[in-house]
Amino acid sequence: MRNGIITIMKKELARFFGDKRLVVSILLPGVLIYVMYSFMGSAMKNNFGVDERYTPTVQAVNLPVSMEALLPQTGFAVITGTDVAAAKEAVTAQELDLLLVFPADFDAQVAAYQAASGQTAPNVALYHNSASTNSTFTYQTVVALLDAYEAGMVNKFDVNAGGESYDLATAQDSMGSLFAMLMPMLLMTFLYSGCAAVAPESIAGEKERGTIATMLITPIRRSDIALGKILALGIISTISAAASAVGSILAMPKLMGAAMEDMNASIYGITDYLLLAAVIFSTVLVLVTLISILSAFAKTIKEAQTYAMPVMILVMALGISGMFGGGASSELWAYSIPLYNSVQCMTGVFSFSILPVGVAVTVAANAAVTLLGVFVLAKMFNSEKIIFAR
Amino acid sequence: MALSEQQELLQVKGLTKTFQLSAKQQKLEKTKEKVRTAVNDLSFTAYKGEIFGLLGPNGAGKTTTLRMLSTLIRPDSGDALVDGFSVVKEPDKVRSRIGFLTSELKLEDCFTPNYLFDFFSDLHGVDPAVRKERKAALFARFGIDKFAEVKVVNLSTGMKQKVSLVVSIVHDPDIIIFDEPTNGLDVITAKVVTDFLKELKSEGKTIIVSTHIFSLIEKLCDRVGIIISGKMILCDTLENVCGGMNLEDRFFEIYKETVGDGE
Ligand SMILES: Nc1ncnc2c1ncn2[C@@H]1O[C@H](COP(=O)(O)OP(=O)(O)OP(=O)(O)O)[C@@H](O)[C@H]1O
Ligand SMILES: [Mg+2]
Repeated sequence: MRNGIITIMKKELARFFGDKRLVVSILLPGVLIYVMYSFMGSAMKNNFGVDERYTPTVQAVNLPVSMEALLPQTGFAVITGTDVAAAKEAVTAQELDLLLVFPADFDAQVAAYQAASGQTAPNVALYHNSASTNSTFTYQTVVALLDAYEAGMVNKFDVNAGGESYDLATAQDSMGSLFAMLMPMLLMTFLYSGCAAVAPESIAGEKERGTIATMLITPIRRSDIALGKILALGIISTISAAASAVGSILAMPKLMGAAMEDMNASIYGITDYLLLAAVIFSTVLVLVTLISILSAFAKTIKEAQTYAMPVMILVMALGISGMFGGGASSELWAYSIPLYNSVQCMTGVFSFSILPVGVAVTVAANAAVTLLGVFVLAKMFNSEKIIFAR
Repeated sequence: MALSEQQELLQVKGLTKTFQLSAKQQKLEKTKEKVRTAVNDLSFTAYKGEIFGLLGPNGAGKTTTLRMLSTLIRPDSGDALVDGFSVVKEPDKVRSRIGFLTSELKLEDCFTPNYLFDFFSDLHGVDPAVRKERKAALFARFGIDKFAEVKVVNLSTGMKQKVSLVVSIVHDPDIIIFDEPTNGLDVITAKVVTDFLKELKSEGKTIIVSTHIFSLIEKLCDRVGIIISGKMILCDTLENVCGGMNLEDRFFEIYKETVGDGE
């Protein structure tokens, strides 16, 4: 690489890593995402989940013989008693989780009942308290039990009644499709925020502080300044995006709740990660280039951040489109459109359907756009209207 | 000594620069003109080993002229040859032959003088061995050595100015262009700077300064060009310009003639 490019890159990186505030500002989002997602996950679990160590209590009135064996299968504590009014109060007070009232001769009535007769069927009353998660959970369990009992009595055929697992998707596939839906959107957002945190600072900031002209009076090529800056900013933004991605991958199981506890990113192989890294770095270069060019028009950092907003909207829209896009495109042209191609590649990698040639086209297209951008930026650095705008 | 025998290191030929005024600027400066001619067909020559002063009131076009000479902005028409190289056609060659210093060119706050010296040496392609020697000499000369590892943000205004000066000549240029060299400096730092300019002159460097301070011209310059409203009104040796008067009186005489004629 040319000396000038390396000199500029070294300076940008030194400036960045020499400033603790800047370093914190790019790593913080990752930490915040982890803390926030974990917190949201545990809050959701507390609100909607049942404490697994808790044993619900069910009071049954007129417990029929048929049920005597069935009900304890739930693992709930079953008590008998006849005072319905007192038991209802206990449910309201959340001291009792469920009150079951069977008709006196339930088994006989059930045996005698003819569905075709038009008579009302024997009724079991289940008094519960929807304000209590434990009561609701107990209620749902018992309803399911009674439904199963009822279905068993008129059984003509079963569907999927065997003990085996009938969903033939592997655990890996289903986790993959979940990642494929969530990660492109998240990653694109992280990549954007990483770039938006550093590019305006480096381009419009140098204009605002009057330090860029000091470089421009030296014989260094304008394109070296542009490329050096873009490469350095790309590295920094990638670190920032990686921090956010690691934060969210670590926090995902917590957000998804206990069911997803075994969810982790180890279902992807080294090739997947390498392809993803190539896609991410080339995407960051495109984003940094775009935001740098917009920043070069701005007189201040604030103004530059405003100019970058449309890019954010575009990135978010593309990310969301990936969520509902129904998998990665198999058409090669889709990989030649920068940013759109990033979403396609990410979806592909996460859903195990990536076309390596798609990644190759993506990287090539993004490199071309970056080089074009470097050319434009170099021209802008050469323009006194841009550098000395009043 | 006949001037024609001296080497013409800087030839300015008919430099002209206009600026489009934005609506905001028009309002700010209470003017209706859309185009401002900042520099108007300006010509002069500076010879090797002399200090040339551009003297003019605020808004005369001094800074604009020096910016064109240092290739930061392009003239609308005209050209200047720096050591034979055109600022329009070969800006790279010009850049490596000049050192340009103005208070508008800032150094990044977060770096130390030591880092900045190396950085700008790299941008100029200075050999590391030469760089080390030069840095030691210049830092000692200006007392920067004690502050070599102090970030620019924590330096005093005077020390910052000294660092800027040193950084602008890392490549040991033959021509040094200095816009308002003593602006904002206390008398002690100002003297350090003017003494250094004399020293550079004695080494055979060519120095162009701009100022509106008469005493600075009288103390430093061999020749002076008086600019008013972007035009070179008079350009000659200090002696010939003054004609026995002191520079200040002579300037007002010229100013009255020029502006009086115009209105
Ligand atoms: N970028 C610009 N856009 C518009 N007008 C400009 C620009 N730069 C300079 N001017 C105008 O050109 C004229 C000459 O400005 P210049 O800065 O060269 O004067 P100067 O002699 O350096 O003055 P001072 O002593 O105040 O520094 C002024 O009227 C100024 O307002
Ligand atoms: Mg000026």
